[in-house]
Amino acid sequence: MMASSYNAKEDGHVTVPGGGTIQNKKPDNTAFKQQRLPAWQPILTAGTVLPAFFVIGLIFIPIGIGLYVTSNNIKEFEIDYTGTDMSSPCFNCSQSFSWNSTRPCTCALPFSLEQPFESNVFMYYGLSNFYQNHRRYVKSRDDSQLNGDTTSLMNPSKECEPYARNEKMPIAPCGAIANSMFNDTLDLYYIDPNGTRIQIPLMKKGIAWWTDKHVKFRNPGGNPNLTSAFQGTTKPINWRKPVYELDTDAENNGFINEDFIVWMRTAALPTFRKLYRIIQKKNNMTPTLPRGNYTLEVTYNYPVRSFEGRKRVILSTISWMGGKNPFLGIAYITVGSVCFFLGVVLLIIHHKYGSRNNTADIPN
Amino acid sequence: MLRRRLNRLFGRDERKVDSRTIYVGHRPCPATEALIPPKFCDNRIVSSKYTVWNFLPKNLFEQFRRIANFYFLIIFLVQVIVDTPTSPVTSGLPLFFVITVTAIKQGYEDWLRHKADNEVNKYLVTVLEDGRRACKESEKIKVGDVVEVVEDETFPCDLILLQSSREDETCFVTTASLDGESNHKTHYTVPDTERNLESLSATIECEQPQPDLYKFVGRMHIYRNNQEPAVRSLGPENLLLKGATLKNTQKIYGVAVYSGMETKMALNYQGKSQKRSAVEKSINAFLLVYLCILVSKALVCTTLKYVWQNRPGQDEPWYNQKTQKEKDANLYLKMFTDFLSFMVLFNFIIPVSMYVTVEMQKFLGSFFISWDKDFFDPEIQEGALVNTSDLNEELGQVEYVFTDKTGTLTQNNMEFIECCIDGFQYKYADSGTELDGFCVTDGPVNILQQKAGREKEELFLRALCLCHTVQVKEATGQGDGVADGVEDQVDGVMGLDGETVGPADLGGFIASSPDEVALVKGAMKYGFKFLGMESKNMRVMNRNNDVETYELLHVLNFDPVRRRMSVIVRTKSGDTMLFCKGADSSIFPRVRQEEVDRIRMHVERNATEGYRTLCVAYKLLSREEYDQADTGLREAKLALQDREEKLMAVYNQVETGMSLIGATAVEDRLQEEAAETMEALQGAGMKVWVLTGDKMETAKSTCYACRLFQRSTELLELTVRTLVDLGRKREERLHELLLDYHKRAVQDAPPIKAGVTRSWSSANQDYGFIIDGATLSLVLNSSPESNSSCYKSLFLQICQNCTTVLCCRMAPLQKAQIVKMVKNCKGSPITLSIGDGANDVSMILEAHVGIGIKGREGRQAVRNSDYAIPKLKHLKKLLLGHGHLYYVRIAHLVQYFFYKNLCFILPQFLYQFFCGYSQQPLYDAAYLTMYNICFTSMPILANSLLEQHICMEVLMDNAALYRDVAKNAMLGWGPFLYWTLLGVYQGLLFFFGVRFLFSNPALQDNGQVFGNWSYGTIVFTVLVFTVTLKLAMDTRHWTWINHFVIWGSLAFYMFFSFFWGGIIWPFLRQQRLYFVFANMLSSVSAWLIIILLILLSLLPEILLLVLRKPRGPHSRQKKPVVQSGVGETQSPRSSARPLLMKTFSDESNTIL
Repeated sequence: MMASSYNAKEDGHVTVPGGGTIQNKKPDNTAFKQQRLPAWQPILTAGTVLPAFFVIGLIFIPIGIGLYVTSNNIKEFEIDYTGTDMSSPCFNCSQSFSWNSTRPCTCALPFSLEQPFESNVFMYYGLSNFYQNHRRYVKSRDDSQLNGDTTSLMNPSKECEPYARNEKMPIAPCGAIANSMFNDTLDLYYIDPNGTRIQIPLMKKGIAWWTDKHVKFRNPGGNPNLTSAFQGTTKPINWRKPVYELDTDAENNGFINEDFIVWMRTAALPTFRKLYRIIQKKNNMTPTLPRGNYTLEVTYNYPVRSFEGRKRVILSTISWMGGKNPFLGIAYITVGSVCFFLGVVLLIIHHKYGSRNNTADIPN
Repeated sequence: MLRRRLNRLFGRDERKVDSRTIYVGHRPCPATEALIPPKFCDNRIVSSKYTVWNFLPKNLFEQFRRIANFYFLIIFLVQVIVDTPTSPVTSGLPLFFVITVTAIKQGYEDWLRHKADNEVNKYLVTVLEDGRRACKESEKIKVGDVVEVVEDETFPCDLILLQSSREDETCFVTTASLDGESNHKTHYTVPDTERNLESLSATIECEQPQPDLYKFVGRMHIYRNNQEPAVRSLGPENLLLKGATLKNTQKIYGVAVYSGMETKMALNYQGKSQKRSAVEKSINAFLLVYLCILVSKALVCTTLKYVWQNRPGQDEPWYNQKTQKEKDANLYLKMFTDFLSFMVLFNFIIPVSMYVTVEMQKFLGSFFISWDKDFFDPEIQEGALVNTSDLNEELGQVEYVFTDKTGTLTQNNMEFIECCIDGFQYKYADSGTELDGFCVTDGPVNILQQKAGREKEELFLRALCLCHTVQVKEATGQGDGVADGVEDQVDGVMGLDGETVGPADLGGFIASSPDEVALVKGAMKYGFKFLGMESKNMRVMNRNNDVETYELLHVLNFDPVRRRMSVIVRTKSGDTMLFCKGADSSIFPRVRQEEVDRIRMHVERNATEGYRTLCVAYKLLSREEYDQADTGLREAKLALQDREEKLMAVYNQVETGMSLIGATAVEDRLQEEAAETMEALQGAGMKVWVLTGDKMETAKSTCYACRLFQRSTELLELTVRTLVDLGRKREERLHELLLDYHKRAVQDAPPIKAGVTRSWSSANQDYGFIIDGATLSLVLNSSPESNSSCYKSLFLQICQNCTTVLCCRMAPLQKAQIVKMVKNCKGSPITLSIGDGANDVSMILEAHVGIGIKGREGRQAVRNSDYAIPKLKHLKKLLLGHGHLYYVRIAHLVQYFFYKNLCFILPQFLYQFFCGYSQQPLYDAAYLTMYNICFTSMPILANSLLEQHICMEVLMDNAALYRDVAKNAMLGWGPFLYWTLLGVYQGLLFFFGVRFLFSNPALQDNGQVFGNWSYGTIVFTVLVFTVTLKLAMDTRHWTWINHFVIWGSLAFYMFFSFFWGGIIWPFLRQQRLYFVFANMLSSVSAWLIIILLILLSLLPEILLLVLRKPRGPHSRQKKPVVQSGVGETQSPRSSARPLLMKTFSDESNTIL
């Protein structure tokens, strides 16, 4: 509360920014200090903005049309195989699901494609009402374990709780995400017009991000023998087989199994799709998936009924913009037209009132 | 502060013991049998706030008392305790940073205070103890000690002067550090004390400590060997104040009467209260709104979370089991922690960084004021001084300007212009050359044209030479040097000024008022030269170069109530004469009427021309008269009680029946560009109040000269003069006048549209209001049963409708009172006080913004001000230029910060609806932390420092532009709503735009899908670009720094994202963003949506810019327009024009 006037002077020197040092000097005459830095002072006038509106309109509308057409040309076929409906072939499997059943339940869904799929076809599985973006779920993983760190392999992070250990054994891969990995097997058969079932070859590789597959995910220890590398760990509770038996191909086994990697990239929304397989175009003569009847054979391992989820299979071709999504095209066309329209309106306003305003300003 | 002071004053009266007894040198006195050593406090001064031990807790406590800091502390603690979606580091680090920096700054300041305290407390002083001279630390001085002080030392405590090394029993003192008066004051020893201090046995009886520097009443009893104790009166002239410095005197001895915190200096210290700007209040209001938004968001999410979880299978699906701990938790506790988690997740809406940025902006921004070379005054070699950086923007919001007259509007550089002797006018020719444009029409008038009788002339000039308290500066080289050096140090003005006390003059004069010096020098021009005092003898050299000697018998000091001063001298021939000079109103009633009539005309004409006039009278005292006066004065001086009143009575008795010799006119020139500055301020919609201690006529003419009153201004006068009315009570008359003026100015005036806009079209009658101190106190403190509050509100309403209010004859305290009254009236307008002297300090401290002028009346005003400028003319640029820009900048900064955090957090909030209300953050932790610190902070900081939406020259030329931002226009609820809506619109757009894109997450041409981190990254990228580009669109002034920072920030964001996602970071638990950004950029769809969303979110802004166009360029295009029609706004007339010579009589404008 007290400070006497004798030190007010000192106080002044403390709080004055720069005051103390420059007090007896003429301030520097630099452009910066005098706030006279050369400056560009853009003035947005109708003259500059109006053309911009038209230009935006003229650019956006063609892009939008292009996007819309592209999206429309993408062939997409979707089939729901949850089996909630009595009539669905998978009804039984969905009802009689139990984690402990040793015999897998299979069901076959027939469908037909009205139009042939000409280029490479990408096969997705889709889940609905599955909250892969739940906070408890998203954080339930150990990236250093997945990166092949041996200490983390044996001591999973506590973020993985309650999926870190099973009966004192560390779980590999730990965490809720890994534990709930999608494990339905989907096979696709083409029904020849003459009735024979031809299995369509599905490619397992190239479905995960390259960097994930080659850098982010690594098997522990550099040991080619995965069984020994994962010695001392146990499989996730809900898995039927351990991680080193995910695939027979050594390049696609263990943590670097692409199905696993795809699953580990948590989806943004509760309804999502994930890339399952790629059907490669054989040659230019025949379409990848010709018109006709098909059967989808499902090994039904993945329960979704408890949380009212849905399971789908999506067959889709892909363009430069990705999968089928008319939204972007429509949005571009709309924004383009709005800009164009606004440009016209502004032009009218400018013509009608602008000149008057200008003249009115001057004598003021 | 005022109240406390008053309380203290009143409290003194209630105290039982109203005097203290001090035993000089602690020696028991014969009269008192038992010596009970009285207890007084020690001589320690404590101004520091902290000690080493209590610094940490006390400082932390003080800091967390700030609501914002406390809020962030709570958020941090929640993050530490509760399992929250973001790590405690995200909010802990910035908070820690802010707290540490503030603590270091405050600690450093306190350390300096400690140092200063120690310097004073440990200063070694010489104390006479039992006949020995002993060195003691200053803090160990006890009341009653006899202290020795040598030249140029400051007094360690309040002392009664006992002995001086000067022969005439006086010493000189400067009180520059106390009240800013840098002149030398004479103090006198107690008469008839013994030369031998060791054997002195005396007691001093004096009043209890009180803060008034100029009041002291005491009595000294001196005991001599078995004689009746001699009683001597003690007054302020015997008291040496702590903090004052001894000058021109080798050594003095004094006895300590008040020590330590009881000294007048310590009691006088006014804690500089923290001033808060209106912008800060707006920020707090907005903060509250955002806090409400935050809490409601968290509440909504928590509620929905539990609603959602109640649906079967949602709370704990098989794929996402809870841990055992989570399962066991209490439901309500869980709900509470969920609520807190949401709060933490959304808390970025109120970012710590805003406070940091605002502080930085203010701190760095204030440099531009001190750097401005336009504020540099070559005369005093100084520029502007910024004492606080908190009020920069307040400079752009000023509605009322309270200005001092003397030294502020005028230069306080007195010049003797003319005199009038016995009704004849005398004008000294040379004065004309110094005032360009003002030359006496009748050519150079010879020195003393033989108009009045020679006798009268010489009497008049002698009177000028004798009736004053001026001292001649000691001519010895050493003395001069010291004095000069000190003055330079004290206020840095005197040495360069060369006009009043410059060594160039033959004799430098030192006086408490520049008028006196001007008069003495005026007499010198006419051949009478005051040579100085020689032990009670005044020596005057007359025109024949003969030295006349006069014995100075009494000085009847000047005081503002009497408004005159007198001296009684005895001439060689033995005649006793009284010379009196004073204001006309106080002299005229005391002289013969026919003399008055001859001179009155001159005085009034001089007053209307803006000169300070004084009348000079004399009286020949007969022996009886003198003896009577002498005894009266001596008696009154000894009185312990009511000394002032008694003295006054004697003065009044003596100063009667004088004869008037003449009158003087002294000019106080206007400051450079005073009129232009005032005109600009009024053009900017500010109301200017002149508060002065000067008399009405002079002040009024200054107002005319400054064009505060125009010729068309109708003056409403409420002064003692107008209140005198045929025996009726003053209250009645006051009431009547107030009602009349109110009717005139308030009721009949056309309703003023939109508050501040005083249109200067001639259709509106301008009113000026004049009030004087006595009437003001009548208005403010009229008898309690009468309707004083009614008077007050009437008065305020009248004043608010007047363009200029002139308050004359104000005491310093009244100035503050007025400022306070206006400050607290409806709408709480922003007030600014500007002044240069110690008497302005109270109003400078009281107003929202206090400006000190580095004038010649010491440093007190500058030290207590928020900003100090060398000249009044700089006020224009300070307010219209800097103030306007700072306001716009900070307003934009604040709005922008709220906006950018709203559209930052809104998508995060919306995401909760899609992630099961699980507090999953949309953005990665790095982005959450860096958003406000790195990606978007620098552009807005640069913008808020460099932006000139209208360039400085245009702002200065068009004062009316200031009205555009008046009344906190850019931080009102309207603009706030606009920014908020913009933020909401953009936030919605960002989130749902990406949401629809992600209805098919296969966005790459190889069919691979994107996850939630890609989602967040796309939203974040759009966000950073939009927010930055929005700022780019708001920037009207693109310097290379703006370019660098804006494009640099975006580039840095890109670079950082690549870098952050390009490496597996060993210290991170999760590699969420690994190559997310790069993958995003490889997707054409992501590019397209980013471009689309940025454009779409900026579209309304662009549209508004174009539609607002008719108004937008109006301000900028004005420049050429104004230049073509300069005529009315800028008058080309030179500023050095003297006070205007009006052809009209201002009396005719006054309504009586």
